[in-house]
Amino acid sequence: MDEFMLIFRHQDGNKVAAPEQIQIWMKQTMDWIGGIAAQNKFIAGNGLLFDDARVVGHHNVVTNGPFGEIKETIGGYIMVKADSVEEAVEFAKGSPVLQGDGNTVEVRKIAKRDGIH
Amino acid sequence: MGVLLCMDKGELIPHLFRTEYRKIVSVLCKHFGFGQMELAEDIASDTFLAAAQTWPMKGIPDQPTAWLYNVAKNKAKNHLQRDHIYSKKIFPEIKNIPVAASEAELDLSPQNINDSQLQMMFAICHPSIPPEAQIGLSLRILCGFGIEEIADAFLTNKETINKRLFRAKEKLREEKIEIALPPLPEIEKRLETALRTIYLLFSEGYYSESNNKTIRKELCIEAMRLCNMLVENTCTNKPEANALLSLMCFQSSRFDARIDKKGELILYEEQDRSLWSAELISTGGYFLRCASVGDSLSKYHLEAMIAFWNTQQEDTKEKWENILQLYNRLLQIEYSPIAALNRTYALSKANTKQEAITEAEKLKLETNHFYYALLGELYTDTDSATAKQHFQKALSLAKTHADKQAMQKKISKF
Repeated sequence: MDEFMLIFRHQDGNKVAAPEQIQIWMKQTMDWIGGIAAQNKFIAGNGLLFDDARVVGHHNVVTNGPFGEIKETIGGYIMVKADSVEEAVEFAKGSPVLQGDGNTVEVRKIAKRDGIH
Repeated sequence: MGVLLCMDKGELIPHLFRTEYRKIVSVLCKHFGFGQMELAEDIASDTFLAAAQTWPMKGIPDQPTAWLYNVAKNKAKNHLQRDHIYSKKIFPEIKNIPVAASEAELDLSPQNINDSQLQMMFAICHPSIPPEAQIGLSLRILCGFGIEEIADAFLTNKETINKRLFRAKEKLREEKIEIALPPLPEIEKRLETALRTIYLLFSEGYYSESNNKTIRKELCIEAMRLCNMLVENTCTNKPEANALLSLMCFQSSRFDARIDKKGELILYEEQDRSLWSAELISTGGYFLRCASVGDSLSKYHLEAMIAFWNTQQEDTKEKWENILQLYNRLLQIEYSPIAALNRTYALSKANTKQEAITEAEKLKLETNHFYYALLGELYTDTDSATAKQHFQKALSLAKTHADKQAMQKKISKF
């Protein structure tokens, strides 16, 4: 069994949703993760806060960000176990992040520290 | 003593074995050290053997527990005297053999019994022995479990358990582990194993397949007593320990409602709720509040909160939404098939049956009879043919009499 990271990308990190809407997404996210965990396929996950975000660039130039210049921002990730990338993709399809127009979930296999990958 | 009086003669010794064996062994081990653990176990077993041989002939003594303590004390004394004389005769040249140890009386006061058990619990949970051996040894020494019962609890055979326990005891000797509470930072680490053991003991009583309600209840009470010892000691009074105690209080509040006179299991929905113990529910609430300090959220916290919602009689949306979210979090900390199934049931109540069916089918717990029982339940209102099929499949997989009976009842309703 392989391990995959599902990375949530939001098209516009500046958008602020209403508290009621946030609550609905929160429940949907928890139910989605709970469903993966109920199949014993959940490893870990977390949300990434936009507050205090910084981007450290070439020559250690620090900017507040990643908003403005960069269109897509990472809002969080989860790590799952899956038999194949197709199974990991099926998990990703359930993510409530995808309800936002332009948002994406990127599916990436996690390198095994076996010296080959 | 109340329990003792209403017990059949045949049940008394097994009962005392459950409650007193570990106390006697703990005190003896504390007295002799881990180096003589087998001796401590032998003396304790001999004491019960003496009771089994004497009581049927001479009648049960007025104070059975005191009788056992006395016999254990004498056996320990005899052994030490023999040992002392032996060493003196064989090694007459060695002077100053400590006399104190042989003459010191075995201290079976309530305080020493309590201290010895608590210290024993932590000594057994020493990191030098693997966790499954720690739990096995705890079940043996602290809970008086038979080798076969331990094998059942670990889903393995007697030989494996015997070997495991033998190696663990050897390790305790080699490492010269003291029967004492470890220093504070170490306590927290070992507490985890101690709690797991207590939880296992409780589950053994609560979900046991035995029809003997008295013995099952006793196991639960013993588990709660051990946990209470942890909560009463300032060094071990941690949020997780309170959470576990709270969980056990909430669960046992239904003890009298969930088993009928014949020892048959009564399902949650069919229980007479007036038999739920309001006192245990409120004690559970008390310990849950005690557990809600600090920033740790253990699986015991989550399970205690789920158990709390299960004591709420009204079937509200709020109740099921809370239970669902608690299971969502519990499964992220620790997966178990039963939590996965319960989570899916909560999903059907909080969201929709259709969503729950889709999610249930992903679980693929095809050897588990509860899996098919859940599917049967979810299909019941919409597709009775499919529901019946699932209940039949569940019946064919059910192992215990109570489970089979519950499935038969479901099938007969179609």
